[in-house]
Amino acid sequence: MSAARTHNRAGRMALNAAAYAVTVFLLLPTLIIAPMSVGPERLLSFPPKGFSLRWYAAYFEDSDWLRATLFSAEAGLISAVCATLIGTMLALALVRGRLPGKGFIELLVIGPVIVPHIALAVAMFLVFEQLRLTGTLLGFAMAHTVLALPFVVFTVLAALYRFDVDLERAALSCGAGPIRAFRHVTLPLIAPGLVSAALFAFIISFDEAVVSFFISDLDRKTLPRKMFEDIDFNISPTLAAVATMLTALTILALLLGYGLKRSLERRARAAGTAPDPGP
Amino acid sequence: MGGTDGLAGRVAVEGLVKRFGPVNAVDHVSLEVSSGEFLALLGPSGSGKTTILMSIAGFEFPDAGRILIGQEEVTWTPPNRRNLGMVFQRYTLFPHMSVLENIAFPLKMRGVGRAEREERARAALATVRLGEMGGRRPAQLSGGQQQRVAIARAIVYQPRVLLMDEPLSALDKNLREEMQIEIKHLQQRIGITVIFVTHDQTEALTMADRIAVLDHGRLQQLGTPRDLYEAPQTAFVAGFIGETNFCEGQLAQAAASGESVTVALTGGGSLPAIAAEALPAGGRIKVALRPERLRVLPATAEGTTARVAEAIYAGNATTLMLEGAFGQPLRARIPAGAGLHEPRPGETVRLAWQAADARAFRA
Amino acid sequence: MSARRPSRFRLGGRRYSPAASLALAAPFLLLVAIIFILPLATLLHESLFVPAPTTEHYARAFAEPVYLRVMLRTLRIAALVTALALLLAWPMAWVMSRSRGLGLALLAAAVLLPLWTSVLVRTYAWMVLLQRNGVVNQLLQQLGLTEAPIRLLYTEGAVVLAMAHVLLPFMVLPIYSALKGIPEDYPRAAQMLGASPWATFREVIWPLALPGVTSGCLMVFLLALGFFVTPALIGGPQQMMIATLVSQQVREMLDWPFAGALVGILLVFVLALTLLFKRAVRLDRFVGSA
Repeated sequence: MSAARTHNRAGRMALNAAAYAVTVFLLLPTLIIAPMSVGPERLLSFPPKGFSLRWYAAYFEDSDWLRATLFSAEAGLISAVCATLIGTMLALALVRGRLPGKGFIELLVIGPVIVPHIALAVAMFLVFEQLRLTGTLLGFAMAHTVLALPFVVFTVLAALYRFDVDLERAALSCGAGPIRAFRHVTLPLIAPGLVSAALFAFIISFDEAVVSFFISDLDRKTLPRKMFEDIDFNISPTLAAVATMLTALTILALLLGYGLKRSLERRARAAGTAPDPGP
Repeated sequence: MGGTDGLAGRVAVEGLVKRFGPVNAVDHVSLEVSSGEFLALLGPSGSGKTTILMSIAGFEFPDAGRILIGQEEVTWTPPNRRNLGMVFQRYTLFPHMSVLENIAFPLKMRGVGRAEREERARAALATVRLGEMGGRRPAQLSGGQQQRVAIARAIVYQPRVLLMDEPLSALDKNLREEMQIEIKHLQQRIGITVIFVTHDQTEALTMADRIAVLDHGRLQQLGTPRDLYEAPQTAFVAGFIGETNFCEGQLAQAAASGESVTVALTGGGSLPAIAAEALPAGGRIKVALRPERLRVLPATAEGTTARVAEAIYAGNATTLMLEGAFGQPLRARIPAGAGLHEPRPGETVRLAWQAADARAFRA
Repeated sequence: MSARRPSRFRLGGRRYSPAASLALAAPFLLLVAIIFILPLATLLHESLFVPAPTTEHYARAFAEPVYLRVMLRTLRIAALVTALALLLAWPMAWVMSRSRGLGLALLAAAVLLPLWTSVLVRTYAWMVLLQRNGVVNQLLQQLGLTEAPIRLLYTEGAVVLAMAHVLLPFMVLPIYSALKGIPEDYPRAAQMLGASPWATFREVIWPLALPGVTSGCLMVFLLALGFFVTPALIGGPQQMMIATLVSQQVREMLDWPFAGALVGILLVFVLALTLLFKRAVRLDRFVGSA
């Protein structure tokens, strides 16, 4: 009996150790860049030989970097708004509508995920030239909206499935018309899902590298494209600063999204709308 | 309040048919509920009771038939313009609104001003004895309290009719029994028409003025609780309401409803009974005999012989499992404390009953 | 897409009419037609009809050893990445599924942060770590494992390692959600019935986790097949995969028909896998968890 228990405990400890080793493997490469980015020397080293913010200064003094960042932020915001709007409409049609060709539409929804981004990027490169969309905000917004839509649709679908339709019926039986029932009851209760969806869409657009690599032009390019160029030419320490800031921004966005979702969910928690149990 | 005068709170369902694919969920059902009446729609799951309620509410549109509320036909009216109150199975309070905001919501939808809204919502909250709870969120209330808020929300705008879809099924047994009485009292106090869906016969018998029993989309019987229990008109009603022994057999000649007949039992012997419905000659017959209507007498008395296989003591009564009578197992129930003979397992007993308590149905 | 569909949606009297549904779907359909279908169709058209109706571009991809080698390398690397990711993901997903509170939060953060951090940032981190004077080489020398810095970048091993790192969250999350769905009483019941820990794993846990494992492996394999950023930067021209080859054909050779043919081959592969394992493609695992 006790031999078996020791055996079990040893097995559990080995699993735990493996899991935490993988955790370190997952986090370390990204996080180790942060201390290296404050090293003063051109050659990045760990531990850093001193403390200097010169690579951060280099980023903020370079109009090329700043322009790329601003452009990415613009594309990200537009994509987030468009993808959330379009994705929510589609999710509503999928859940509550009688949609002809539904199976085909569902395949289209996952399309941008299963079709490799390189295939899409090259194909868009080909067509965008003719449509004069290369290097335009409109082009990026449309491309990134398409790439973000699968994630938006699935997020909103999950929120709609969690939503208890009897709540909307209750609103109708209280005398609300379909539109007021949606505005007063459905919308506030699926709002946490919509916030997540918009955030996902923004991050996807902001980080997207492959399509951006092909549909940028010389003076209108996104941040990832600019990073790609810099990595290709030389592993400059400015990149370490940019990478660190991007990682910090991601952490911030995830925390912000989590907090916002929690507070919306706290308002919305009760019978019928279980908050999702994920981590 | 709204509905006690004349026909305003009347609900009529005429020849209702609703199909889901090949299935007739509701099959030519007609029923009428008068103003201020409490009607229970009772049946097993899939009997069509919820579909009928949803058609009255306007969440389903029938394939045939009409629905009238008061004098007015509403078959195709959207739910928000029917001015009905509805309480759902789960509490369906809006989780992002306070209790008071929930109750005021229908008033807001009707354009009632803020001050009046609050006053009437508070009054409705007092009606369901939750006066202090207005500022809370639904999630902070117990299940019973939530359901009372749902009722307050459904009556605050004084609808003519209140629809309830198994509103107590999420509550535990004690609370459920308490709420049954409370809803019944509330209904009598404000004189509203109630249509109440349930699969729980005790609940229906306790609360309703009349019960409509449904099976496979068909109306089996519509009557008072006493009618249904004492004089079921179909074998389904006899089996669904209360407990019943069924003895199978055949009938030589046709009989009209109410006629005395003698059924030749499949297990041997014969059994005198009253025809509960018109019975065809030579058809298969089921005779229903309630366990508590069987009198269990000592072996020395007159009557049909049976052997006690098992005696199950349950406090207020003892149930006997009997063998050897009519060639099939039977149950009999002896109430406790009435000083009746309580045989032990293995004992031989005699059975007697009133002829009117044996009711013959088509099998 | 998602299997769980409460019947109340079917019962509900409030379903939108086909016209209204189509109106709601219209913006999506329009956008996808212009930005997704039209470009891919144009590219595939190039590969089949330029200069005249032909299959020669496809034949070329299989006939020339250089290209065949790239395709085989792509398949090999994708398979290795999938295997390595599965190996790393299992203990992580298992411990996550049995953790609560702070432990779970830490593990979840470790999966979600990389998932939402730019692929470029993570690839760049690997380049910094693996370069000639990088942290890994310094460490190896200090440990006395090598005399001089060894070449780590532009090797197949580096590509596999970095890609497994980048794609690991896509393996962990589906396995985690499958494992989380196994009540703790199941393994207990199996052991009470006499199963050894290994038999419990083999007979109870693995079969129940299989949908998650399939889903994770499929996602990782699909993404690895068409991966561009990491192989291009870490593998270099020496370890060229199909995505890099496509890029090279378009940007350097300007050979659109051949690039189209390569994309066509990739698409056939990816679509076949997707249709084969249709139910394993579940995005909700990745979006539902943040």
